Amino acid sequence: MTSFFFKSVGERSLLLARKLGAVALMLRSVAVWLFRAPLETREVVRQSVRIGVESLSVTILTSFFTGMVLALQMGYTSRNWFNEPLYIGTMVAFSLVKELAPVLTSIVVSGRVGAAVTAEIGTMKVTEQIDALYTLGTNPTRYLLIPRYIAFMITLPLLTVFADFTGVMGGFLVSSVKLNVPSSVYWNDIFTFMKISNFMHGFIKTFGFAFMIATVSCYKGLHCEEGAEGVGKATTEAVVMSMVLVLVLDYFVSAMLVAVGLI
Amino acid sequence: MIEVKNLTKIYSGRKVLDGAGAVILDGETFSVIGPSGCGKSTFLKCVVGLTRPDSGAIIVDGRNVAEIEDELEMARVRRNFGYLFQGGALFDSLTVMENVTFGLRYLTDIPKKEHERIGREKLALVGLENAENLKPAELSGGMKKRAALARAIAAEPKYILYDEPTTGLDPITSELVLELISDMAAKLRITSIIVTHDIKLAFTISDRIAMLNNGRFEVTGTPDEMRASADPVVKGFIEEGLSSGAHQRPPGGRGR
Repeated sequence: MTSFFFKSVGERSLLLARKLGAVALMLRSVAVWLFRAPLETREVVRQSVRIGVESLSVTILTSFFTGMVLALQMGYTSRNWFNEPLYIGTMVAFSLVKELAPVLTSIVVSGRVGAAVTAEIGTMKVTEQIDALYTLGTNPTRYLLIPRYIAFMITLPLLTVFADFTGVMGGFLVSSVKLNVPSSVYWNDIFTFMKISNFMHGFIKTFGFAFMIATVSCYKGLHCEEGAEGVGKATTEAVVMSMVLVLVLDYFVSAMLVAVGLI
Repeated sequence: MIEVKNLTKIYSGRKVLDGAGAVILDGETFSVIGPSGCGKSTFLKCVVGLTRPDSGAIIVDGRNVAEIEDELEMARVRRNFGYLFQGGALFDSLTVMENVTFGLRYLTDIPKKEHERIGREKLALVGLENAENLKPAELSGGMKKRAALARAIAAEPKYILYDEPTTGLDPITSELVLELISDMAAKLRITSIIVTHDIKLAFTISDRIAMLNNGRFEVTGTPDEMRASADPVVKGFIEEGLSSGAHQRPPGGRGR
């Protein structure tokens, strides 16, 4: 029994080490080919449209309603405690800009686009299209991975800015219509307390999330098992892993940013 | 010329290739036949560097491909190769024309404005003149194979590797693909290595045929020599393959 336990732990540890090693090799390849060959500009643009432009509507919808529910919850809670809705703008804006907009946008994008990236690359792998890239003089790092990395790193932060804005607007709608907070009060609450460092806290986090989502999606696609089942399994794993890692990374990146004064 | 020496490849403890060796001469059509799972596709992928052998050498025009570590250097070697994958491996997100001209950018120094003309030329060769704006999902199996063939020859490589070129095709389309391969070899003087389990195809268009079994090329020879082989495994394999449907060909190899 004991030897079975240790054997199982050992095997899982070795498997994890192999996977981490494969991720490290993939990242090394991305770093090398980023400077070794001309950029596939057309692919970067195409992926940016897919990842960024086509995720805009779902991002706006998600953040708008998040802002609305934040204002609603904080308004009624504040009323219960203080007999009036206080600092709604401050609480909505800070919650969104520092935390909810980056995290929710990343989760939405990882579910929508991360899954598609894994499925696309995985399908290419099982149908020998990855091998075809090699025979046609290029390679998957240059043609597939780097454009996706760049597209994620450009578009996710920009989507987060949109999310910040629309979330605050959603909060404004509820606070003025439902909670009867004067608009000047709502906006003053935001601009009195919010500094650029607060915005940068949330904005910088998204670069880390973008890099992580690109890494998970691309790795899972390139290393999926054969067949439709393999691609499906890889896609599911990529989405779950990305979402969990966004939440885990959120804590560590936030702690790091707080430590350097970007509160 | 391609020279394969003592090639060995092991997958999960199983020796798929075990000291395989062959010489493929310039301009010849060389077919590799053998039972399913004997390592034919692995052999082909080793030749073009898609799979690294565990030992052995693959000398392409004096250069050992198996020793090349650098991807850019390997890409330079692959400029001489075209590869027709078993399923075509066309890129789903690109049109037929974009697929066919894809490699020109990386494999050649031909200016971009010439790419479309070359693409049209190659598509006309394979009879797909009207398919240039279609996506692979809109093509039939035979059309996909032909589009993939046009892509493989677009950069006018010195060597073309065919992985089961007629698998999954109906007899008429198989015949068409066979004629295309034959024409290509004759007109463009390309060296062809064909991996196939279609014995009739191998005997129709090959200058030489090699039988891969137990990880080695057990017998290599012209079609007539293969027919006359006394090796019971080879004899049985060939007789079984040829007897499934009549297919007459003139004796003495592909007429050139």
